Amino acid sequence: MAMTSDAALEAAPVEKARGYWATVARRLSRDKVSMACAAILILIVLAAIFAPWLGLADPYQGSMIRRLRPIGTPGYPLGTDELGRDMLSRLVYGGRLSLLIGILPVILAFGIGTSLGLLAGYLGGKVNTIIMRTIDVFYAFPSVLLAIAISGVLGAGIVNSIVSLTVVFVPQITRVAESVTTSVRSLDFVDAARASGASALTIMRVHMLGNVLGPIFVYATGLISVSMILAAGLSFLGLGTRPPEPEWGLMLNTLRTAIYVNPGVAALPGVMIFAVSICFNMLSDGLRSAMDIRN
Amino acid sequence: MSTIEPLEDLGGPAQPLLAVNSLTKHFPIGGGLFAEKKTVRAVDDVSFAVAKGETLGIVGESGCGKSTTARLLMHLMPRTSGEILFDGQVVGYSLSMREFRRGMQMVFQDSYASLNPRLTIEDSIAFGPKVHGVADKEARALARELMGKVGLRPEVFANRYPHEVSGGQRQRVNIARALALNPRLVILDEAVSALDKSVEAQVLNLLTDLKREFGLTYVFISHDLNVVRYISDRVLVMYLGQVVEVGPVDQVWEAPAHPYTRALLAAMPALDPDKRTETPPLSGDPPNPIDPPAGCRFHTRCSFAEEVCGRVGPALSPATPGDTAPDAHLAACHMVIPGSGHSRAPAATEVAA
Repeated sequence: MAMTSDAALEAAPVEKARGYWATVARRLSRDKVSMACAAILILIVLAAIFAPWLGLADPYQGSMIRRLRPIGTPGYPLGTDELGRDMLSRLVYGGRLSLLIGILPVILAFGIGTSLGLLAGYLGGKVNTIIMRTIDVFYAFPSVLLAIAISGVLGAGIVNSIVSLTVVFVPQITRVAESVTTSVRSLDFVDAARASGASALTIMRVHMLGNVLGPIFVYATGLISVSMILAAGLSFLGLGTRPPEPEWGLMLNTLRTAIYVNPGVAALPGVMIFAVSICFNMLSDGLRSAMDIRN
Repeated sequence: MSTIEPLEDLGGPAQPLLAVNSLTKHFPIGGGLFAEKKTVRAVDDVSFAVAKGETLGIVGESGCGKSTTARLLMHLMPRTSGEILFDGQVVGYSLSMREFRRGMQMVFQDSYASLNPRLTIEDSIAFGPKVHGVADKEARALARELMGKVGLRPEVFANRYPHEVSGGQRQRVNIARALALNPRLVILDEAVSALDKSVEAQVLNLLTDLKREFGLTYVFISHDLNVVRYISDRVLVMYLGQVVEVGPVDQVWEAPAHPYTRALLAAMPALDPDKRTETPPLSGDPPNPIDPPAGCRFHTRCSFAEEVCGRVGPALSPATPGDTAPDAHLAACHMVIPGSGHSRAPAATEVAA
């Protein structure tokens, strides 16, 4: 069957069809700001992971005679903290816990929230009402207050702060997932899939998931910075990590008293939190525009 | 050719493949604490039958309930009342929903929205067969075979995504997807309306060829009267959720019995510039289906309306009195009902004689 109107398309060189995510990755790789942010994040993450092999000073070894040395002191490139511990070493080691409690709650909440939102959005009706109204109860509290309240009830500790932060983020991600699902649900291809006799679970897996994941993913990436700041806040209040464990939020707390003595050193943990948060935010923005493909 | 066996023909050629009795769909709206609860009567007491192997065209203005009817027939939304028989079987009782899905498929109007943007064309077509237990490899082979049948070279298109092909090609993919389950009846809901005229003609010819090859029955929904006339054996005219006229397409075109059908046909632009339409055959919008007019729903726009029209809703009656054939030309108008009280109605004695 010859089709003149289609001749041009057919004559085009047959290239291997590029998947959606491959296109997004290609577009993202052309975005200089996003790539710079990604590079910084990868550097920080790698440094945290390989900290013991970097030849750094012992982050727990203090020295009473070398307390609060300023930045640039020979042997202590970033100075020392209030107990004379090497700041560079503590900042690198601190990334291990800070990044963990910054990222893990978001990953957990991403899984739980996407599942709940998908169910609520696809099934609609009573299921939607039950899930979304329950979520609204949590949503009514300011996230900082909710995180403090849950952590306070569960007690201090890393696992407990991860749990409390997950609980804080699930409602937000569920909200986004539900609204995206509802809009995709109304498209004809979902009805076509239903007309083929597929079960709700199959339709959600094959047809819904790939179409709702993108926007939720972008939103979740943005939450990582919030999570890091909340985690730092919990540690600051003594609800997260405990001394002498190096963790940025906790370090910010303990160095607080030295702010008039050595403001440069006292600000360093905050600088790290700020740098990582802003990188995740920029990356999330870049991802958003890379995924906004209009042909 | 297919790895999916078609559903068995149960009732023989005389039994309609699809019989619809008093199909009704009301959408409740409002009904808040203080707001009065209202209903949109999208489809109201619609009955018709589709014979095996025929093409039934459904025409009407936007919002007259054509697409709602399609979705009701597909069991994609629950109906308020009425029954739908597929080859004499009630879905959910003597015919399982799963089997019914194989027997009846649909092609949607929006060729882009009806394909998953994240699936390749091959995956989209192979999805249905896989749901019905065909192995992945065979389903893909079937998908490629069907792509050939609808005029898309598999080696070129199989791995493409919907946004990488043209509108006409996408609609071919949708047709292939509908055929993948080897259905007996295909509902084409404005399937060619969004296409260019030249592409539209190609797709219409494709549909005609496929119908012959697979022994299909079509329900062809469209607002384009020329297309409906070209492809349909019989035509059904809807107005505000009700059937106003139904009959063989030639009879309806040559002797439309309902004033609304006449207005629709008169509104068709003529190709001859000497026969251009000077006065609009029908003015204004259709009334609100939330609160449809009493009696005949068309009487507010009908130039023949009389007192009886606003009082009694006319039933579908033979356009030629006494015609009781299964494919008779019927119209819901007091002017064809003997003794209805309309001044233009045939005299009651004519029937008795």
